[in-house]
Amino acid sequence: MNIDYSKIGLKVGLECHQQLDTQEKLFCACKPQLFKGEPEITFLRRLRPTQSELGQTDPAAFFEFKKGIKILYEANSETSCLVEMDEEPPHQLNPEALEITLTTALMIGARPVDEVHVMRKVVIDGSNTTGFQRTCVIALNGAITVNGKRVPIEHISLEEDAARKTGAEGLTVRYRIDRLCVPLIEVTTAPVIYTPEEAEKVAFAIGRILRATRKVKRGLGTIRQDLNVSITDGALIEIKGVQELELISKVIRHEVKRQINLLKIRDELMARGLKEDEIKNEFVDVTSAFTNTNCKILKKAVKRGNPILAVKLPKFAGLLGKELIPGLRLGTEMADRAKFWGRVGGILHTDEIASYGVTEDEIDAVRKLVKATDQDAVVIVADVKENALDALEAVTERAREALKGVPEETRAANPDGTTRYMRPRPGAARMYPETDVPPIPITDEYVKQLRSQLPELPSQRTQKLMKRYGLNKKLAWQLQDSEYGDLFETIVETTNMPPNFVAATLTETFKALKRDGVEVSRVTGERIVEVFRLVSSEKTSKEAIPEIITWLSKHEDAEPADAVKALGLTMISPAELESMIDELIKKNERLINERGAKAFGFLMGAIMREHRGKVKAELVSRMIRQKLLEKQRKG
Amino acid sequence: MSEKLPGYKGKALETLLKIKAEVGDLVRVKKERVTYEGILIPRSELGDDKHIVIKIKSGYNIGIKVTSKTVIEKIGTMTKPSFKPPPPPEQKPNLPRVTIISTGGTIASRVDYRTGAVRPAISANDLYSIVPELSDIAAIDTEILFSVFSEDLTPKHWAETAKAVAKYIANGAQGVVITHGTDTMGYTAAALSFALQNLPVPVVLVGAQRSEDRPSSDAATNLIGAVIAAAQAPLAEVVVAMHETVSDEAIVLHRGTKVRKLHTSRRDAFKTVNANPVARVLDRKLVMLTDEYKPRSAGKKLVLKPDFNEKVALVKFYPGMNPNLIEWHIEAGYKGLILEGTGLGHVRRECFAAIKKAIDKGIIVAMTSQCIWGRVNMNVYTNGRDLTAMGVIPLEDMLAETALVKLMWILGQTSDMEKAKKLLTTNISGEISARSVEPIPPPKTLAPNDRGA
Repeated sequence: MNIDYSKIGLKVGLECHQQLDTQEKLFCACKPQLFKGEPEITFLRRLRPTQSELGQTDPAAFFEFKKGIKILYEANSETSCLVEMDEEPPHQLNPEALEITLTTALMIGARPVDEVHVMRKVVIDGSNTTGFQRTCVIALNGAITVNGKRVPIEHISLEEDAARKTGAEGLTVRYRIDRLCVPLIEVTTAPVIYTPEEAEKVAFAIGRILRATRKVKRGLGTIRQDLNVSITDGALIEIKGVQELELISKVIRHEVKRQINLLKIRDELMARGLKEDEIKNEFVDVTSAFTNTNCKILKKAVKRGNPILAVKLPKFAGLLGKELIPGLRLGTEMADRAKFWGRVGGILHTDEIASYGVTEDEIDAVRKLVKATDQDAVVIVADVKENALDALEAVTERAREALKGVPEETRAANPDGTTRYMRPRPGAARMYPETDVPPIPITDEYVKQLRSQLPELPSQRTQKLMKRYGLNKKLAWQLQDSEYGDLFETIVETTNMPPNFVAATLTETFKALKRDGVEVSRVTGERIVEVFRLVSSEKTSKEAIPEIITWLSKHEDAEPADAVKALGLTMISPAELESMIDELIKKNERLINERGAKAFGFLMGAIMREHRGKVKAELVSRMIRQKLLEKQRKG
Repeated sequence: MSEKLPGYKGKALETLLKIKAEVGDLVRVKKERVTYEGILIPRSELGDDKHIVIKIKSGYNIGIKVTSKTVIEKIGTMTKPSFKPPPPPEQKPNLPRVTIISTGGTIASRVDYRTGAVRPAISANDLYSIVPELSDIAAIDTEILFSVFSEDLTPKHWAETAKAVAKYIANGAQGVVITHGTDTMGYTAAALSFALQNLPVPVVLVGAQRSEDRPSSDAATNLIGAVIAAAQAPLAEVVVAMHETVSDEAIVLHRGTKVRKLHTSRRDAFKTVNANPVARVLDRKLVMLTDEYKPRSAGKKLVLKPDFNEKVALVKFYPGMNPNLIEWHIEAGYKGLILEGTGLGHVRRECFAAIKKAIDKGIIVAMTSQCIWGRVNMNVYTNGRDLTAMGVIPLEDMLAETALVKLMWILGQTSDMEKAKKLLTTNISGEISARSVEPIPPPKTLAPNDRGA
């Protein structure tokens, strides 16, 4: 499908979130780190939606609460304290995080607020122990220029990261609070981005500025983009948690396609003459149709004594199985809703029920029970009655929305660039002041001081890289744009590795590794630096670097020295090398005698073939030449 | 401070008054080259007088400094939200009648997201709509007795509270819940334990360690536990109902004379000291944890003794303490002194003369321990034996705060010092136990795997 994005009225706004590389968390002195393994501390909580003065509560939140959702939090003492457990009021706002955010704001010409007010944004899914996220606007009205176009930056905010979900069992959801309260900067653009490619470029440019502060974290999960995507006639869809920049354009293209296809379904339903009130919440028990079924899912339900309920979706025949984007059909969207509101494992529908081992006779029986014709679709759910009813209610709700087009909702990005239903879009902003943190004035003197010491802009930095380290322009910019660029100086200044080699490794080599599927982002900056140190001190060779990085990406707890050992990449000592060369010469006595100095190439090749990565080529070459010379003299 | 401009003062207030703005109005602020628009928000009491606070379109609040170059204009008046509480859930018939008396510290509230204001729920209907679980447990009456931070409460408030409880019990309440700020809830619990003698029904104090406007507040869970206790518990004593652990699971009842706030901020800050909690509410069911309690009985007639004598002080001893501190109390006409001594019940010998003088003047001097946990024993060391010989009364395993309240109450009932001394060492409301028992830890299934407290 070739899409003219200006014709369909695509509008995208970005919210770029990046973790800051601070010593402490945003509101306490804990280390902003994650932990692995079993938690030392667990505790159970329930979150109760607060009523607003208007008597409203977030319907999704209230629903979860009514269902009796409990949250089991996991913690360890190094990465969280009573603050993250919501057992102690927040300490003062981390001044280091504030300074990084202000610095970023000034770099993009935004105007800092005169006084920072920390707010509570109500989030009740358990990802925050308090039931709200602490967040504050630091500056407003900046702008960046991308390919000559001015992109306004509406807000620059500082907020706490959320706890990370580690599982769910029945009514209990598990969250780990190590990530909670890690400082995050949020950069929000105006919705003035009109193509998927442009969105990626804008995100890239924002990332470039953030990295220029050299105070942001690197690696998987440290950067997350939220996208607000809309097309004319479609709906504003908030897509959360795109972790890779390279995925942004793909996610947007998929979302546009999804909305276009949903609009096509709407048009088809209208053409079929469907009226909203024809979709009825009449849920029929169809268990009797499946008493001897061979469908595994239904068989299991019957065995457990759960009812099988069905609902007719009039005039929907063939539409539930229609693919919106790869792997996502209207039926999938209904299933996602059913899972969310009804806690069921999934749904079956007449467009694809045959593949689940349901026979024609059984389908006919169901159609008869719900009074459906060939024009209609039927959705079936087998679960505890209460859940099944909630699930079917969600299905009919989604069916009614299909008649209107694209429902407004919050979706989550999948790693393959598709998205899935997350929750309904929250109503009006639910923010109120965090009264436990006093307002923080930003004085003119402070802003002036920060302005005088702003980090180099990307263009200034590349100039310096070229001048001081003799890099060419292309490499300098590649380094600037690489998320590993800021390791360059550390490596060059603390090792004797040649700058060009370091730059090429951090950019081209790493890029090639990523292309081959190596998750380089799983290797920490310190470890990358250490790898160069090992090469520099001749513990291993530079040819071994790609192999070591690949190994480290799969062994996140291990150190570079372990990689060298495990891979057998320890350098061969000069003495060992010498005896190997002696032996080789002895074995090939005749050949050498025949060819003399010309045998060099053969010998060199033989050693390098066998020991690449464990010997320095220069040393091998020097040694062989010397040995050949000695031999000649003697001979 | 202006009522329409809460929190604003000085220059900021002046500027806002000039344009007749009030909180909730839509304002435009021009400053140098920038213009901001938003809703005027109340200012924190801690804030300075140089900034105004507005809520911008995205929902965020920002502070804008008022300078000579700042121009503020009112561009609209927001309509006040007319609040219609959702209909209360259907009340189950034949539920026990429970009265909830509020002394301060709100237990349920709504947030006005426009201005950030938090408004307490006042009527029973309001409470039902916010904590709908209550309508399954009891038929509730509510009264706002005071709205006082608990550190501002005095023995006069204890007396008022005792009288209010007596009134509602006389009116047929089958249990009374008192919502209370947590800081001094232990003192009030002790005071009511003495002032309300021969109780026919339970009196349950309850508070919250996390403010009620946040989704994670412990207020509702504690309140539900307290109302279950008031409606169903077979005991008729003054107890405190709070979280047992940091999990939102079990609520335990602590005897009013044995309970102390032992943490500044945790949900499970309240612990029973030198004994075990008397009951636990888990999954909406109340289970008694002891057989030793005064039983509920409709036939019992409440004896109200609400008088407290405030001429009693609690003096904490510390190394090098100047004996003049004790002398001061003698001069000031105090009738009783509770000492919080070290270890088994000691103070430095330098203080002996002053203590002797106090006793000679007819002041009751009694000893508790600053260890919090354990029993005083003044026979083990010479220092203790000498103090006892002087007339200092050892108070067994009584909490220092409970001892203070008890002596205030005794001296409110009698001026006969011999009788008073006798009462002080007689167990009246479970404040003294003869046996020191090892505390029973909460069941493993609910204790968080937590090394704290």
